[in-house]
Amino acid sequence: MIIPYLIIMPLLAAFLITLISGKGDTWGVIFSILTEITLIILSVIGFILVLENPLVYNMSGWNIPYTITLVMDSFTGFMLVIVHVIALLALMYSVAYIRHLSKSWKYYALFMLLITGMDGVILTGDLFNLFVFMEIGLFAAYALVAYGNRPEEFEASFKYAVMGSISSTLILVGIGIVYSVTSTLNLAKISEVLATQPVHVVNWIGAIFLVGFGLKAAAMPFHAWLPDAHSSAPAPISSMLSGVLIKALGVYVLIRLIFNVFGFNAIFSRVFLGLGTLSIIAASLLAISQWDMKRLLAYSSVSQVGFILIALGIGTRMAIFGALFHLLNHAIFKGLLFLNAGTVEMCLGTRDLKKMGRLGKVLPITTGTSMIGTLAVSGLPPFNGFFSKLIIIIAAIEAGFFSTAGVAVVGSLLTLAYFMKFQRYGFFGDKVIEILDHKPGLGMQTAMVCLAVLCLVTSILVVPQVRELVMDPVINAVLNQAKYIELVLGR
Amino acid sequence: MILYLLCFILLLIGLYGVITKRDLIKIILSLAIMEYAANLFLVLFAYRKGGTYPILEEGREIAMMVDPLPQALVLTSIVIELGITAMLVALAVRLYQKYNTFDITKIRRLAG
Amino acid sequence: MKEKHGMTLIVRTITRISVWLIFLYGFYIIFHGHLTPGGGFAGGVILALALLNYMLAYGREKTENWININLLHDMESASAILFLIVGILGIAISGSFLANWLSGGKLFALFSSGTIPILNIIIGIKVCAGLFFVVWTLSIFHIEEEAEE
Repeated sequence: MIIPYLIIMPLLAAFLITLISGKGDTWGVIFSILTEITLIILSVIGFILVLENPLVYNMSGWNIPYTITLVMDSFTGFMLVIVHVIALLALMYSVAYIRHLSKSWKYYALFMLLITGMDGVILTGDLFNLFVFMEIGLFAAYALVAYGNRPEEFEASFKYAVMGSISSTLILVGIGIVYSVTSTLNLAKISEVLATQPVHVVNWIGAIFLVGFGLKAAAMPFHAWLPDAHSSAPAPISSMLSGVLIKALGVYVLIRLIFNVFGFNAIFSRVFLGLGTLSIIAASLLAISQWDMKRLLAYSSVSQVGFILIALGIGTRMAIFGALFHLLNHAIFKGLLFLNAGTVEMCLGTRDLKKMGRLGKVLPITTGTSMIGTLAVSGLPPFNGFFSKLIIIIAAIEAGFFSTAGVAVVGSLLTLAYFMKFQRYGFFGDKVIEILDHKPGLGMQTAMVCLAVLCLVTSILVVPQVRELVMDPVINAVLNQAKYIELVLGR
Repeated sequence: MILYLLCFILLLIGLYGVITKRDLIKIILSLAIMEYAANLFLVLFAYRKGGTYPILEEGREIAMMVDPLPQALVLTSIVIELGITAMLVALAVRLYQKYNTFDITKIRRLAG
Repeated sequence: MKEKHGMTLIVRTITRISVWLIFLYGFYIIFHGHLTPGGGFAGGVILALALLNYMLAYGREKTENWININLLHDMESASAILFLIVGILGIAISGSFLANWLSGGKLFALFSSGTIPILNIIIGIKVCAGLFFVVWTLSIFHIEEEAEE
């Protein structure tokens, strides 16, 4: 059974790093990269295995009402692969990047804890265990946001921690209410019991969790912490937070809870559509007015999460495909763009778009990959962003949500607008720059090139044969509530 | 019912504090109040009328004990809150070192 | 001069004696974790409070001489690894993580309930070291701040 090792290994690596490394970061780098490579292999093997037969693991050898269950169906495997691919590339990038900030093993230990938290949230089938792993991941995220020791980073981290604690408290209250209604914490059992409860009970519980996890996913009215935290953090951490953390802790949990546990209904659909529309339009408009490179990208994250939310709100099979595809794509291109921004910040010493200029000569790889990332996020063919947005729009029209389709089109145009600004001032400005503060390392460039290639390669998921092979089991896992219950409870 | 209501009011007091107070330390304390209210909620949900403490001893019946699971959850969440509070205090100390103030209206390098 | 690093003679004398009593109580709570309320976390907090009591009474420098800070740091990481190793042994012996692979023993006996007392001791060490380091690190912050101004 590979499931528990996906959580044990990063946890073990985190504490081994603190135990073994003295002052330097050599052991930190070695252990974290080895662990991450192993995890990526495990998660890919796991994904291939669970495409056919989902796995359930009971901790400590107890049976269902007493144990903590770890569930690995194809949706879990899909998320795990995304998390570990981005994590490995971010880790590769951070070896060179973090050394110019400080040479300490603490970064790698915290990074491993972040991975532990996300893996745990994705794998667990128990509501309170989900909360605990979420807090582990968030705790590491708070510390990593403040890692660079600058005043604004502490400010952002404090804001993030306060907002995170409020949402965690709400989630805890929600867990209490769920327990008092259903007398169980196992997600499948909750799902079974809630089906017999009146609809308004389910909706109120859903509302509490929507606020709690909406804060983690940074949907529009709850987004205030995200631009600060994601723009102040070190670049690889920004790409982890924006690329996978808000999805693993926010969107993934929302999908799991709403679709597999509470049961999707018209009210949830309307809330998702409302949050998504607000996120897309307002965050895009705010992004256009930004002059801070990473802040612009952070607002763009809010707006792209909006696309995922409206696709979930539509709720048809095609729309779920669009949502999951966009989730994957956003992890890849936003990870890439944050790494680009980090490289530019390291080499020029500024994040201000007005102070940048023509970088094509001195940073050819960064310029090229950022071009690819921009094209992908703005939705131009043949990159992956085009296909996922197209699928979402087609799904909206098919299901009769014409205004939502309109919002998605306007959102794509606005995305193109603020990324034109990003490119025009950040990489193709008037001032020609020839002298750099630092040179980007080899690991940084490799990570960026890998992500840029992935931007192109993941478009292949839109080919019907590949889609049937890879994505259809995932979509089935999301949409089939009865199968999830059956899988976990073994009936 | 009145107990649940009072508990909810405690939660709202904490939330009010987090939103309106300007002092970093007061914000941390308000968060703590909010978290205590949440913990109290969990313990209240577990309460059973006339129930006793859920500890297995020689010659005690299990039937009259209150539900121990939420109490275990509360212990876990207290541990988590300890960690988060320590983190917040550390951040507040660092912020004081950098800005020489605990007033959040003066700590505004990030805006927009 | 002496007052700057610690408290008065009365406090110190009492602390010197009471620290060991607090330690004893902490160990009692940890070792009886599977029989009575308390356990690894509560006992570990009490142990950490004993150390912090000493630190408050005598100041940081004397505490550094009294306990080996580096050793405590290593113990903190090592205890987490030990916990995971006990869990992995569960996979190796009984087939699932953290499974209780020792025999249960008799109910209400001190040496009973399999791996639970072992895990309690490990958690006790971890919590003791962890909580002590939280306060210790915060006090280091304070000194740096004075140095800056």
